[in-house]
Amino acid sequence: MTSLNLDFSVLDRPVRKEADELTSTLENDVLCGINTHDQYFTIPRVEDFSRFQKDVVEHVKPQHGTTTLGFIFEHGIIIAVDSRASQGPYISSQTVKKVIEINPFLLGTMAGGAADCQFWQRNLGIQCRLHELETGKRITVTGASKLLANTLYGYRGRGLSMGTMVAGWDTTGPGLFYVDSDGTRLKGKRFSVGSGSLFAYGVLDQGFRHDLSIKEAAELGRRAIYHATFRDAFSGGTVSVYHVGPDGWTKMSGTDVGELHYEYYPADAVENPERHGGGEGDIFVPKKREHEQNREDGEKKKDSSPEAMET
Amino acid sequence: METYDAVGENNFNPSSYHGNHTKQHATWSPYDNNGGTVMAVAGEDYVICAADTRMSTGYSIMTRQYTKVDEMSPKTLMASAGFMADAATLKKLLKGRCDQYQFANNKPIGCVAFAQMLSNTLYMRRFFPYYAFNIVAGLDAEGKGAVFTYDAVGSYERTNYSCQGSGQQLIMPVLDNQLKTVSPLVLPAVSSATPLSEEEAIDLIKDCFATAGERDIYTGDAVELFVMNKDGIRKETMPLKTD
Repeated sequence: MTSLNLDFSVLDRPVRKEADELTSTLENDVLCGINTHDQYFTIPRVEDFSRFQKDVVEHVKPQHGTTTLGFIFEHGIIIAVDSRASQGPYISSQTVKKVIEINPFLLGTMAGGAADCQFWQRNLGIQCRLHELETGKRITVTGASKLLANTLYGYRGRGLSMGTMVAGWDTTGPGLFYVDSDGTRLKGKRFSVGSGSLFAYGVLDQGFRHDLSIKEAAELGRRAIYHATFRDAFSGGTVSVYHVGPDGWTKMSGTDVGELHYEYYPADAVENPERHGGGEGDIFVPKKREHEQNREDGEKKKDSSPEAMET
Repeated sequence: METYDAVGENNFNPSSYHGNHTKQHATWSPYDNNGGTVMAVAGEDYVICAADTRMSTGYSIMTRQYTKVDEMSPKTLMASAGFMADAATLKKLLKGRCDQYQFANNKPIGCVAFAQMLSNTLYMRRFFPYYAFNIVAGLDAEGKGAVFTYDAVGSYERTNYSCQGSGQQLIMPVLDNQLKTVSPLVLPAVSSATPLSEEEAIDLIKDCFATAGERDIYTGDAVELFVMNKDGIRKETMPLKTD
C-alpha cells in the first residue's frame, strides 16, 4: 500500500516569528528579492563611482519622465500628468503611466528616471501594504511619503533621479507631499514637478482658487499640463487627470494632446478670429475636425465651452 | 596587475562598500555594443517576436547566426539587443528563476509575471546596469498577445508593438505609422488591439527588417520570427542582405 502524505501545515496557526526572521522570509518567498529595508544592489568596483554613473547614463540613456502637477482645493486633490518618456532627443514612449496607483487611497506621480520612479513606488506600495497588515489600519499620507523620503535619503548621492508627489486621503483629510531623490520632503497645497513644471505653474497659479468645483479644478489641471506640453519638448502624449476624494481616487479624464490643442490654442481664434487682427482669410483657423463636430452635434455644447471653464 | 571579478557581488551596505577591496581603474569600461535589432508585435490572439541574427563589434561582424530571441517559458519569448554578454548572462539568470518558479508553483511562469520579474532583475543592477535592451512577448492569461518594452535599468510598459536595438530609430516610426492605435490612457477607454492579422503582421515585420538592413550597418544577414499563438510557437527565418 502506498500511503498518502498530506501536508496540513498550512492550516496551522501562523507562528509569530521574530521581526528579523519574518523579514528574511518575506524577502525570500514573497517579495522575490524586493526587501523593504535593504536592497542588495550590485555595485561596480570603481575608484570614482560618480564618474562611472555619469558614463553609464551616457551609455544606457535611461528613460526620463516629465510634467506633473497636484493641488489641494475645497473638494479634495487634483493630480494631472503628461505621458511622454524620452531617451535623449528620442521619444521612447508617448503612453507612460506617470500616475502610480499605490492603493485605492494613495497616488504617486513620476518625474525623473522612469525606472527609479516605477521601482521605488512599487516598493512603496509593498511597504504600505505591509503597514496595513501589521497595524490593521491604512497608512496615512504623511506616513507613506515619509517611508519614500527615508528610502530615497538612504540612496543620497547614488545618482537616483526622482521628483514625485504622494497624494491621498486619510483620517486627517486630503494630503499632498513632494518627495525627491535628494531626500527633500515637503507638505503643501500646490506642486508641479518636472521639466515642464514652470509652464504648468504659470497656468495653475493664475487659475487657482480654493473654491473651484471638481469639474473646474480638473479642467485647470488639464489646461496647465496642456500648456506645459506646448512649450516643453520633453512633455507630451496624453494628459491624465485624477481626483482624490474621501472615498479614494478616480481617474477623471485621459485626453490626447492633439485634441486639447484645438480646445485651448489659440484660445479664441476659432470663436473670434477678428480679435487677432483680421478675418478668417488673414489668419490660420483650424477646421473643426470630425470628432469635434460629432461631439458638438451629440452634446449640443453642454459644458465644453472653454470660456465657461476659465475661472 | 590587479585582479578582480567584473561582476562585483557587493551588497549595498555603506560599510562594506567603503571597505578595502580591489577597485577598478577610473577609465575601465565594461561595455560593448554588439548591435542588432529586435522587435515584437502583438495581436488579439497571437504575438510575434523577431530579431536579426547579425552580431558585430565595431565595424567587424563576429557572426551571422546569432539568435537573439529565447523561449523563457511556454508563453514567454524574450529578445535582447545591446551588449550580448550582458544579455546572455541576464537570460541565464532569468531561465534559472523560471525553473524555480515552476518548481515552487507547479506551473510555468506567465508572461505578465515574467515581465515584472525582468523589471526587478534589471533594477537590481541600477548602479551597474546590464547593457541590454529587452522586449518580452507572450500570451497573457486570456490568450491575448502582449508586448513589454524596457529600458536598461528596468522601467517597463505593456504595449502592442515595440522595437529596440540599433534599428530602433528606423523601424519605430514605420510601426507607429502602420499600427498606432488610441492610447490606453485615454478615457473613456477605447480598445487598442493591433488591427493586423497574423500573416499581415509577419509581412510587416519582414519588410521592416529588410528596410532597416538597407540603412543600418548593424542589422542584416537574416531575420528570425517566432510566432506564438494558441497552437504553440513556430519559427520562421528569412535571409537578409549580408553586406
